[in-house]
Amino acid sequence: MSSVELEGELTIHAAAEQAPRLIAALEEKSVLRVRLAGVTELDTAGLQILLLARREAARIGATVEFRDASPAVREALAIVHLDGSLEALP
Amino acid sequence: MSFEDDATEALDIFITEARELLEALEEGLLGLEADPDAAETVNAVFRSAHTLKGSAGLFGLSHLVSFTHVVETLLGHVREGDVRVTPELISALLPCADHIAQVVEGVAGGRLEATPAEEAAGAALLARLTPFLPGTFTPAATAPAAPVASARADRGWRLSLRFGPDCLRNGMDPMSFLRYLGTLGTLARVTVDDSALPEAADLDPETSYLAFEADLVTDAAKAEIESVFEFVRDESDIRITPLAAASYVDFIESMPQRDRLGDVLLESGAVTPTEIDTALRIQRERSLSVPIGQVLIEEGIADPAVVEAALTRQRKVADTRSGDTQTIRIDAARLDRLIDLVGELVIAQASTTMLAAGAEAQGEVTRLIDEVRHSALSLRMVPIGMTLRRFERVVRDVCVDLGKEVQLTITGGDAEMDKALVERISDPLLHLVRNSLDHGIEPPAERVRAGKPAQGSLRLHAYHDAGNIVIEVADDGRGLDRDKIFAKAVDRGLVSATATLTDAEVYDLIFEPGFSTADQISNLSGRGVGMDVVRRNVAALRGSIEVESVRGHGATIRIRLPLTLAIIDGFLVGVGPSSFIVPLDRVTECVELPPGPRGRDCMNLRGEVLPFIRLRQIFGIPGDPARRQNVVVVEQSGQRTGLVVDSLLGEFQTVIKPLGPLFSNLKCVSGSTILGNGDVALILDVGPLVSEHTDLERARQAPLPVG
Repeated sequence: MSSVELEGELTIHAAAEQAPRLIAALEEKSVLRVRLAGVTELDTAGLQILLLARREAARIGATVEFRDASPAVREALAIVHLDGSLEALP
Repeated sequence: MSFEDDATEALDIFITEARELLEALEEGLLGLEADPDAAETVNAVFRSAHTLKGSAGLFGLSHLVSFTHVVETLLGHVREGDVRVTPELISALLPCADHIAQVVEGVAGGRLEATPAEEAAGAALLARLTPFLPGTFTPAATAPAAPVASARADRGWRLSLRFGPDCLRNGMDPMSFLRYLGTLGTLARVTVDDSALPEAADLDPETSYLAFEADLVTDAAKAEIESVFEFVRDESDIRITPLAAASYVDFIESMPQRDRLGDVLLESGAVTPTEIDTALRIQRERSLSVPIGQVLIEEGIADPAVVEAALTRQRKVADTRSGDTQTIRIDAARLDRLIDLVGELVIAQASTTMLAAGAEAQGEVTRLIDEVRHSALSLRMVPIGMTLRRFERVVRDVCVDLGKEVQLTITGGDAEMDKALVERISDPLLHLVRNSLDHGIEPPAERVRAGKPAQGSLRLHAYHDAGNIVIEVADDGRGLDRDKIFAKAVDRGLVSATATLTDAEVYDLIFEPGFSTADQISNLSGRGVGMDVVRRNVAALRGSIEVESVRGHGATIRIRLPLTLAIIDGFLVGVGPSSFIVPLDRVTECVELPPGPRGRDCMNLRGEVLPFIRLRQIFGIPGDPARRQNVVVVEQSGQRTGLVVDSLLGEFQTVIKPLGPLFSNLKCVSGSTILGNGDVALILDVGPLVSEHTDLERARQAPLPVG
C-alpha cells in the first residue's frame, strides 16, 4: 500500500504537474490511496486525471482508493453524479 | 462633448422610464391573473408595452422594439377581447417582462444591441406566445389550455454534450456548464463518458476528453438551454432533445397551421433558430433533396414523433393550397423558345450519338432527351374540345337561316393537339361543317319523304391514331352523288369519260379547284366552292383529307393531322450522296428491291402489286444505283407505294427547319433538317410525292387523241 496526497487546485492550471505524479505512484498489483483533503478546487481537467488514474490502475491490476474528499471535491463529483461511483469515498 | 452628454442623459431617462414601465407591466400582469376581467388593468398593461416600444424606437433599440412589438400585439388582442386572459397566458407573458427587463439592463450597461444569447432567449419566449396569437386560419381562436399546460409541466431535456477538445484550454470548463444547468432545474441523471481518454503517456492535461449525458428537468425553454452553450457551440456537439416527446406532439397538434415544417417546430419550441440554421446548412451540403425533417431527426435535433406531428400541420396546409394552383398561365413565346431549344438539343444529341463510344451511357442520354422532347411538346398540346364546341353556335345559326333541324354531337373533345394546329384547323373545319349543313343534310320534309328522322345528325369526332390526330365530320344527309361528280369532272376535263375510277377517287375530285356540284347558289357557302381551299389548308399542316359516303345515307370527311409541327420521328434513307427523311408515321415496312427489268415501276409484294417511285429519278440524282437497292413502303390515304432508295439509315428524330421562299414551289418536300454530321436532309412530303406519281400514271394511260 502506498499513498499520495493531492493539494491545492486540481485544475487545468496544475494538471500538467499533478497528472504524472499521480500516474507514477501507481504500482502493479498494489493499492494506491489518494488523499483529496487538501484539494481546494476541481475542474474537468482534474476530474479526467482522476478517471485516468483509475483506468490505468485497472489496466495494470492495481487498485486506487480515493479518500478524504474535500468539500470542493464532493461538490464537483456531485455535479457529474460520480460521488457514489469513485471507490471508497467516505 | 455637449451632444454626447445630451444623448447619454436622454438614454438614462429612457432607462429610468423603462424600469418604471416594466414595474407597471409586471404589476398589471399579476393583477390580471387575480382578476382576468379588469378592463382598466388590461389597458394599463397594454399602454406600458406600447410606450416602452415607442421609447425604445426613439433610441434605435431595434431588438427591444421587435420583441416588445409582439408582446404589445398580443396585449392588443387581449384588450379587443380576441384573446382570453388565462393563467397560462400570464405564465407566458411574465417571462417576457423579465426578458425585457434583462435587455433594458443590458442597455444600461452600454450594450445597445442584443447578444446572441438574448436573441435566442427572446425567440423562444415569443414562440411560447404564438399559440395565443390569433392565427391566419382561425381568427379569434385560442389554443386549448390543457395541451399548453401539459407541454410545460412535462418539459425536460436530454442533453448530449460533447465539448470540443480545446474548451478547457480556452477557459471554458465543461463542469461549469453542468453546474449552471443545475440552477435552471434539476439534473436528474448525469453520465460521464471517458472513452476518449488516451493512454497515460499520451495525455495532454489541458485537452478536454470527457463527454456527458444529462437529463435536465426544467421549465426553461430549449432556446434558453441552448444559449447556455453559446460560447462553446462552434467547436462542440451539443444536442438537446425533449425527455417526453409526447408533450410536444400534443402541443404541436394544437398549433395553428404553418407553411413550413421549420416554422411549426420553431414555434413549438421543439427546435431553436440555431438548430434550424444548422439543419439547413447540413441539408445544403447533402443536397436539397433530403427533407429538412429527416436532417433534424438524423442529427438528433428533434424526436421523430415530434417531426411527424409537425408534418401533419404542414401537410394539411400543402393539401389545402395545392388545389389553388392547378394551372399556370405562360407566355406562348417563351414556350416556343423552350421547344426551339429542345429541338436544338435533339440535333446536338444526334451529333453526339455518332461520336459516342459508350453505348450504355449514350442510351441513357438518348432516353432522357426523348423524355424532355415529349414533355416539351406536350406543353403545347391543348384539348380540341374547345374548338369543336364553337360549332354548336354555328350549327344553331345556320339551321335557323336554312330552316333545317340538326343535332350536333361532339365526341373526343379531350383529344389533344398542338395549339398552333388547333388554331389553323378551325377554318377548314368550319367550311366542312357549313357544307354538311348546306348541301349534305336535307330539309325536314325531304328527310321525312326519304324515311329519315326530320332532325338531321352532324357528328364531330376526334381521336388519336398512329401518332396523328383524326377529326371526322360525319352527317346523315344525302351523301355524295358519285355520278354527278364524275359527270362534272368529265365536263371540266379533269378525267376522261372512259376512265374507270374507284369511289374514293371520284369523291376526291370534289377537292379540285373550281369544282362544285351545288345546283342552288346560297349565301352561306357561295357557289359551293372552297373544298380545294380546305384541302390546301390541311395539306399545309402536313395533314390529309379523305371522304367516305353512301348515297342517301350520309358522308364522312376525315382529316388526319400530325400531332405537332416542330419535331417528327423520321426515317433516314440514302440515295447516292443525298439523304432524305421519310416521316416515320408513313412508313409501313422496308424490303429489298427484287431483281427485275430495269425500267419497271412496280413489284410483287406478297402477292400484291406495289407501285414504286425511284427517288433517284424524281430528284435527278446522278450516278448509278447501288447494287442492292431497297424499297421503303409508305402509306398515303390507304394506298401503299414504294420508294426506291440505295440505303436504309434508320430512325431519326427530325427537327423541321422550314425551306426558304426560294423553294416554295417545291411540291414533294415539306422541309429540311440538319443531320448530326452537319449535312442537310430533305423531308419528303409523301402525299404530294405519291399524288404526283399517280397523276403521271393516269396521264400516261389516257387514250391518245385521234389525229
